[in-house]
Amino acid sequence: MKRKIRVLIAKPGLDGHDRGARVVAAALRDAGMEVIYTGLHQTPEMIAQTALQEDVDVVGMSIHSGAHMTLFPAVKKLLDENGMSDVLLHGGGVIPEDDIKELEKMGIGRLFGPGTSSEELVNYIREEVERRRGSAEKE
Amino acid sequence: MGKAGDTTRKKVRVSAQKPQSVKSLAAQYAKWREKVDALPVRDVRFISVSGVEAPFLCTPEDVKNLDYERDLGFPGEYPFTRGVRANMYRGRLWTMRQFSGFGTAKDTNQRYKFLLEKGQTGLSVAFDMPTIMGYDSDHPRSLGEVGRCGVAISCLENMKTLFDGIPLDKVSTSMTINAPASVLLAFYIAVGESQGVPSHKLTGTIQNDILKEYIAQKSFIFPPKPSMRIITDILRFAKDHVPRWNTISISGYHIREAGSTAVQELAFTLADGFAYVEAGIKAGLDVDEFAPRLSYFFNAHLDFFEEIAKYRAARRIWARHMKEKYGAKKPESWLLRFHTQTAGCSLTAQQPENNIVRTAFQALSAVLGGTQSLHTSSMDETLALPTEKAVKIALRTQQLIAYETGVANVIDPLAGSYYVESLTDRMEREAEAYFEKIEKLGGVVAAIEKGFMQREIGDAAYKYQQQIEKKERIVVGVNKFIDEHETIDIDILKIDPRVEDDQAETLKMVRERRDGVAARNALEEIRAACRDEGINLMPKILHAAKVEATLGEMIQVMREEFGEYREPPIF
Repeated sequence: MKRKIRVLIAKPGLDGHDRGARVVAAALRDAGMEVIYTGLHQTPEMIAQTALQEDVDVVGMSIHSGAHMTLFPAVKKLLDENGMSDVLLHGGGVIPEDDIKELEKMGIGRLFGPGTSSEELVNYIREEVERRRGSAEKE
Repeated sequence: MGKAGDTTRKKVRVSAQKPQSVKSLAAQYAKWREKVDALPVRDVRFISVSGVEAPFLCTPEDVKNLDYERDLGFPGEYPFTRGVRANMYRGRLWTMRQFSGFGTAKDTNQRYKFLLEKGQTGLSVAFDMPTIMGYDSDHPRSLGEVGRCGVAISCLENMKTLFDGIPLDKVSTSMTINAPASVLLAFYIAVGESQGVPSHKLTGTIQNDILKEYIAQKSFIFPPKPSMRIITDILRFAKDHVPRWNTISISGYHIREAGSTAVQELAFTLADGFAYVEAGIKAGLDVDEFAPRLSYFFNAHLDFFEEIAKYRAARRIWARHMKEKYGAKKPESWLLRFHTQTAGCSLTAQQPENNIVRTAFQALSAVLGGTQSLHTSSMDETLALPTEKAVKIALRTQQLIAYETGVANVIDPLAGSYYVESLTDRMEREAEAYFEKIEKLGGVVAAIEKGFMQREIGDAAYKYQQQIEKKERIVVGVNKFIDEHETIDIDILKIDPRVEDDQAETLKMVRERRDGVAARNALEEIRAACRDEGINLMPKILHAAKVEATLGEMIQVMREEFGEYREPPIF
């Protein structure tokens, strides 16, 4: 039997707007995933540490403070350094299109804006994890 | 028509029908309803934004218990349901106050001058996350966040730049700042002094509403108990030194943005207000000494009548509790003055121009609900901070309502509407039920610590999202009337990355030029005051601000003394 998809929902930085993070966490839980929510005010180090300890497949970060260009690359770097480059790092928040493109170039997964449906997000995570697990088995 | 003086003496009742005719009306309604129920209705849920079933039709039957004098009264008179001023917008329009701040103090200073030039009548400062959380711009935790979603203010020098060329005796300034509100108020007073404006002439607001931070916005630093102590210190200081300042802007806005219903916004916000009143009284203050300086801040969401009823109910609840429960004697203590901001969370990233229209409806509900000041959101706010063009349209929306629609001509024009009055009543009743629940949990702070409000709001937010996904709730451009292949062609305000370096340089300059011993001593005085509740923190903070101790340094001392609050992560 396949292991359930494990997701870490994280709120990095100083921003406290957690409506999105909490709604997403509940939606992924209801879609059958195992969800861990970090709570607020996490540093990139804290997030990478939790991801490692919880052995997650996915990290989703919610950022509304405009600090995305600093925080996504910082977490990505730490995941890579800790042997978690196969973990899907993606996120959502108020993030301008140009920044999304730049972050995608750095290997960050999809970044979802306001108005995204849970279904779209769930499907994306399932497909990505499936794909990553598939390629891991081939290695 | 008699003179106004005559009408007050008469027993005026909205429901003029005698009991018998009401009874026959009920029978007529039942008959009408039978006929209507046989007709087809659209296959949608007729629910409000808060998920409440809407009545099919309201009649005098719905307001049969309404007593004009007891429940409505005249504008400017108890219980203030119809408005807090006798002359309302005939006397003075609401203050048009756009919330604004980004980048460096210099960038924001230019935006303020732009807004004042376009006819804005008050300032409203948005701070960046490091300022809100009490970190200087050069602190490691500030990395990537400086000037991003507000202006970076770490020291008195920054504050002087922010208000450069803006005389503080000519504008009123609202500052959205909570955990470090004491420090920002101190900076403002010190800037006033440097401009030659004495503190008793300053007008404005600090949000300073820490309870809603634990409940909704989550920008807390210290645990609730010391946080409440800082607030009572501010109340005590302000009544003598900044008597025209609004010391707490008790905020429902963030509660609503976090996903609450309209009733939850109303109930939790007023419960917070009462908690501050009780804290002030407990600290030995006379309620009439500080209550007149408390003001409110509400959200204007999309459900037009629900919002109007909410504002009217809020005024009535506050007046009744302040007079009857807390024994306030001054009418100024009874009246609930409020600022309104249109709902950021109602805006869509899709077809962003539609947001102009959403905002206009919301602003109209705030005006019909008797707001004292108003911020209208800009169409591009789901994408980034607003551009000048977007902000101008938002401000023009208010000016259109004020000068073209005629709605400001007549006070409380929806009073007497069967629907609006019954909705106002219902919201008051439901808020009272929440007050009882909170009381049973041991009061607001205990309820927060038990996660009660947080959970209620989280559940409501999730329900709301599910309604959108099941299309029980239509969001134009998002789950219906979608433009396939839409490309959003809208200018985005970019924050210059030099902000961080500029701030680091300013802070370095300040730390070098100041009297280091004086700054250190001032910080130690803050520490001593933290340890002794008999010493008011405010004068110590004001002194430290003047000798150029920084925001981060002051808050750090307070963190060491008071500790930091951590909330259990729940979803």
